[in-house]
Amino acid sequence: MGFPHPSHPKETPVLSKYFGDAAARSFRGWVERGGYEGLKKALGMTPEAVVEEMKASGLRGRGGAGFPTGLKWSFMPKDDGKPHYLVCNADESEPGTFKDREIMRWTPHALIEGCAVGCHAIGAECCYIYIRGEFTEPWHVMSAAVEEAYAHNALGENVFGSGKRIEVVLHRGAGAYICGEETALMNSLEGKRGNPRIKPPFPAQAGLFALPTTINNVETLAAVPHILTRGAAWYKGLCLGNPKSTGTKLISVCGHVMRPGNYEITLGTPMKELIFDMCGGMRPGRTLKAVIPGGSSVPLMTPEEVDQCATDYEGIVACGSMLGSGGMIVMDDSTDIVYEIYRLAKFYAHESCAQCTQCREGTAWTTKILARILSGQGKSSDLDLLLDLSENMTGKTICVLSDSCAAPIVSGIQKFRADFEAYLSRATAPVLALA
Amino acid sequence: MTAGTAGVGAGEGGGVEAHHDAPHVPIFAGKVKERLDALFPKYPTKQACLLPALWMAQEARGWISPGALTEVAAVLGLTPAYVRGVVTFYTMYHTHPVGRHFIQVCTTSPCHLCGSDDVLTALLRETGCGELGATSADGRFTVIEVECLGACGFPTPILIGDDFIESVTPERISGILQGYK
Repeated sequence: MGFPHPSHPKETPVLSKYFGDAAARSFRGWVERGGYEGLKKALGMTPEAVVEEMKASGLRGRGGAGFPTGLKWSFMPKDDGKPHYLVCNADESEPGTFKDREIMRWTPHALIEGCAVGCHAIGAECCYIYIRGEFTEPWHVMSAAVEEAYAHNALGENVFGSGKRIEVVLHRGAGAYICGEETALMNSLEGKRGNPRIKPPFPAQAGLFALPTTINNVETLAAVPHILTRGAAWYKGLCLGNPKSTGTKLISVCGHVMRPGNYEITLGTPMKELIFDMCGGMRPGRTLKAVIPGGSSVPLMTPEEVDQCATDYEGIVACGSMLGSGGMIVMDDSTDIVYEIYRLAKFYAHESCAQCTQCREGTAWTTKILARILSGQGKSSDLDLLLDLSENMTGKTICVLSDSCAAPIVSGIQKFRADFEAYLSRATAPVLALA
Repeated sequence: MTAGTAGVGAGEGGGVEAHHDAPHVPIFAGKVKERLDALFPKYPTKQACLLPALWMAQEARGWISPGALTEVAAVLGLTPAYVRGVVTFYTMYHTHPVGRHFIQVCTTSPCHLCGSDDVLTALLRETGCGELGATSADGRFTVIEVECLGACGFPTPILIGDDFIESVTPERISGILQGYK
């Protein structure tokens, strides 16, 4: 549902059905709502059959990359005699995204159940859930739920009498956006600085503690029990014309809409329906200027692109951006696009781990150039310079933080060039004073 | 001792900032040690308990003092230099003393679009901190800007200590601050 607002008729509440329902947080409350049936079913299946079920459902990673979940699980080695790990990425920090927080606050057992199913499927006995340090309330809700799950044998030495051992351990981050990158998260969990690792080796070969590891986003794992309970065919049927994008997706909508919140849509829903019907459109007297549809790391979209866009993995790519994490930042005509892009660049400059030169220098330089433009001292060559730097920041580093900084800059200049030029020509008054 | 002078070398020990830690009570004793010991079996290495151990140290001392850092290193079999490298990577560990109530204000783009600058200005004024990172004269508050708190639909979210408060507006601030003495 469009939490904190009542569910909109155009939504498909699966994961969000019990957002706001405090009784769903307890073990008993979750069981009364059909919870833990998926795990029981999975425990009666072979791990291979669970993986096949995920493949058949079409579920793709909800953290940003959109990689097929069943395929990812199938990469784990079989009968290698080594301990395997499942890691749940709950380091939700992508600007614009606030869905995993609500899943953990309202339906903690959905996530625990998904983690337990995942462990069974990939042959792991232990799942670490890495929760960002700032998420204090989700931490407390999850802690209580894990304790209850152990007390009811949904976790522990002998899960529901199956003879399977499944442990879930919560691990608290300490403030670092980059730890949402999967290999940085693993380093952080190991008690190191959160620097991303070079791939290969991929996590399925050598991940956490150099052992085979699968890492999934909170929303991905929370969808797993529903798929097992109701069947892959049901999930695959939640689809509006594009068979590559199936199921529901939580879209966190923020910024200049009347009703910001988490909207659960069937993938493929027209973006204009989401923004103008479900979210109530713009504030009175305002018109849409731009949308960043997938968290701050993806290109900006114009109103024309929004108008014809189907909200799914391929649909948004066709309209010049990406679904990403589903964090949708909506900006109306009062927005200073140049300033907001500067603010995003500043975010990436702050969060760069500084391993790679292109990122360490590029995020800082682009931030400085954007500040110069906003202070009225931009040079006519600055836009070309920004594009040149952005090119050197794309596809050349260990992780994609650098690319993420470049995406809004490049798309901003391409699609809203007049806004930049107005600062360069002094038609727009400076808004920053250079230090 | 300020952050700028809090250099820690291996073997320097915890005594250098005795005026902060005196009388010396070890962090990892009694209940805290029990909590840490309970974590060890959950991980294949002791080092993996570094972030949790640092959280315990900060809870005990209010910040990661040079002495606290040395104690964390000792209990995990790491060097203080290594631990300092990790501490400085993460923004939530304080490398210098802060006010009793540490306030983090989200000002990243989604919140900025909805007026977080005004919330920040009002907080700096009403806490008496005046500037980012400074502690108010009465020792009550320290205010910092934080990057995306992950509650963009409820602008502006702030964290006061462990209390996550959504939808903060300049008008709400004096009422909120009254709850933090």
